[in-house]
Amino acid sequence: MTDKSANTNNRPAASSAAAPASTGFSIGGLFRHPAVGAFMGMVLVFIFFSIFGYDRNFLTAFGTSSWVNAASTIGIIAIPIGFLMIAGELDISIGAVVPAAKMAMAISVGYYGLPFVAGLLITFAIAGAIGWVNGTIVTRTNVPSLIVTLATLFSVSGLTLFLSLLLTDTTSQAMPSPPWAKWLFGDYHFWGLQSSVFWWLFITGALYYVLHHSPWGNWIFALGGDKESARNAGIPVNRLKIGLFVLASTAAALSGVCEAVLSNSATTTTNFALIFNTIIAVVIGGVLLTGGFGTVAGIFFGTATLAIVQQGIGYTPFDRNLSSLIIGVMLLIAVLMNDTIRKMATSMSTSKKK
Amino acid sequence: MADKTPVLEMRAVDKSFGPIDVLHEISLRVHQGEVLCLLGDNGAGKSTLIKTLSGVHQPTRGEMLMDGKQVRFERPKDAQAMGIATVHQFGGTYPLMSVGRNFFVGAEPTKGIWPFKVFDREKANRIAVEAVQNFGITRITDGDRLVGGLSGGERQSLAIARAVHFGARVLILDEPTAALGVKQAAHVLRIVNEAKRRGLAVIFITHQVMHAMTVGDHFAVLIRGAIAADFRKGERTREEITDLMAGGETMADLEASIEGYMETHEGHPPASPTASA
Repeated sequence: MTDKSANTNNRPAASSAAAPASTGFSIGGLFRHPAVGAFMGMVLVFIFFSIFGYDRNFLTAFGTSSWVNAASTIGIIAIPIGFLMIAGELDISIGAVVPAAKMAMAISVGYYGLPFVAGLLITFAIAGAIGWVNGTIVTRTNVPSLIVTLATLFSVSGLTLFLSLLLTDTTSQAMPSPPWAKWLFGDYHFWGLQSSVFWWLFITGALYYVLHHSPWGNWIFALGGDKESARNAGIPVNRLKIGLFVLASTAAALSGVCEAVLSNSATTTTNFALIFNTIIAVVIGGVLLTGGFGTVAGIFFGTATLAIVQQGIGYTPFDRNLSSLIIGVMLLIAVLMNDTIRKMATSMSTSKKK
Repeated sequence: MADKTPVLEMRAVDKSFGPIDVLHEISLRVHQGEVLCLLGDNGAGKSTLIKTLSGVHQPTRGEMLMDGKQVRFERPKDAQAMGIATVHQFGGTYPLMSVGRNFFVGAEPTKGIWPFKVFDREKANRIAVEAVQNFGITRITDGDRLVGGLSGGERQSLAIARAVHFGARVLILDEPTAALGVKQAAHVLRIVNEAKRRGLAVIFITHQVMHAMTVGDHFAVLIRGAIAADFRKGERTREEITDLMAGGETMADLEASIEGYMETHEGHPPASPTASA
């Protein structure tokens, strides 16, 4: 392998298109890494808010945990949504799955007094079923997933409200949880970090492995790159897609469970903001809107960027409403960068060396 | 050559979709180390024929044989398992994936123990680059390079090298040179020759007569779902083939039938339907 790559470097600039860019490739190569844009965005935003929020304790443990906690509830869902977008699909029903999961948890544990584990099983079964329905409809009918999941978004939110009123006669429900569950899903740990932060890190690690190092990752990219070819190559396209929808809704359920345990209660309110937040995080994270390309690291940085802006604005003298403006501009830049990312990626010719 | 059993054979295959007949009595045979060129204009039924060969469609009537034994492909995977690989114009390559990853889509090499099996990037890259270079594409030296940065010819070559690597015995190439420039097309034709040299049976679908004549051993012209002519290398000139593809044979038939009519009707041509109306 080593002598082969030595060969590569000794070749005269026959591949002239990439030749100028390949000089000093250690830095050049780093800059061409697809997650770098998202990382630089995050660093810039962090420096900006550190300067303007320094006087108001943005850099303290309290300030840090506020944005990290916010990032975790989005981030748990954003990475599976990113997977779907890489595979060429979208799931906006998560905005209804989160409250549905919270209510399922609160009704089974808080209202009916079932054991916590039983509540978890019920909740994840419901979420899995919603994901399965999404995936099955999308693969069977070829209706765009935006429309299918828009339909399930409203169906699930309507059903959550209806069933909550039918079963408990109320739209919000208190929920006690045993100490171990509290610790695992919804407590404040050191530096004021919520349990969901650790779930976020765990999921990031696990899904990083899945996308970039397991064979499944190859399938997901291939699915988003060219569905027909992927099918011809023997990839179980439909099952993979359904699996990704199930992953997205179970991740949304996990985020919901964490929130419900943390606040000891649940309400039926559909979380429309969360839908936009996850998509923004994924797009700022450099996932191509056309599918076929994206990184877990990028989505991670995108989520952090979004949370820093949304939470950090409160630590600066600026008006809180300006955070949406900043996010809007960043989103636009990210989308405009989409084409550049693709071009840079395809012209990348230097090999990554260990 | 002729006494050997063909690798793949179609005997009087018909394909209809409901009331519409697309293929009529197609009989084809392709031997090991031979290139069969399927020529035909647009709408001649070429793609239906490819899809029938590769297991997407099933023949309505007639039979398909591999190595002399009757086979039936219920789905593309069955055909693949028997060693029939189809390479579409840009099919099988994903622009935003690396050469190594592209090469092994659906058959990823892994290392490590089960639940922690990881995609073996180095192995994939090494094998992919080697396979492609063996086909004479020396410009691809880096398995991490994204396929979107390759030329159309190189992408075709990658797809063909991939099929060969995974044990294809019959290679179906669907218009591999259609979207390519002269140089790139020559590249692909060289790859086709290399595949032939390695003993593969190649079915080369095209409407470019020049390309077909460069690599073909055996030619079949498809017109309106039927084989209008079947001949070997050197038996027809380029002009004759072009004529055939444009429907020359049916024109000749028409002339013959008109002459026949005139003979039996005392020299009067048949009344033109437009004139009588």
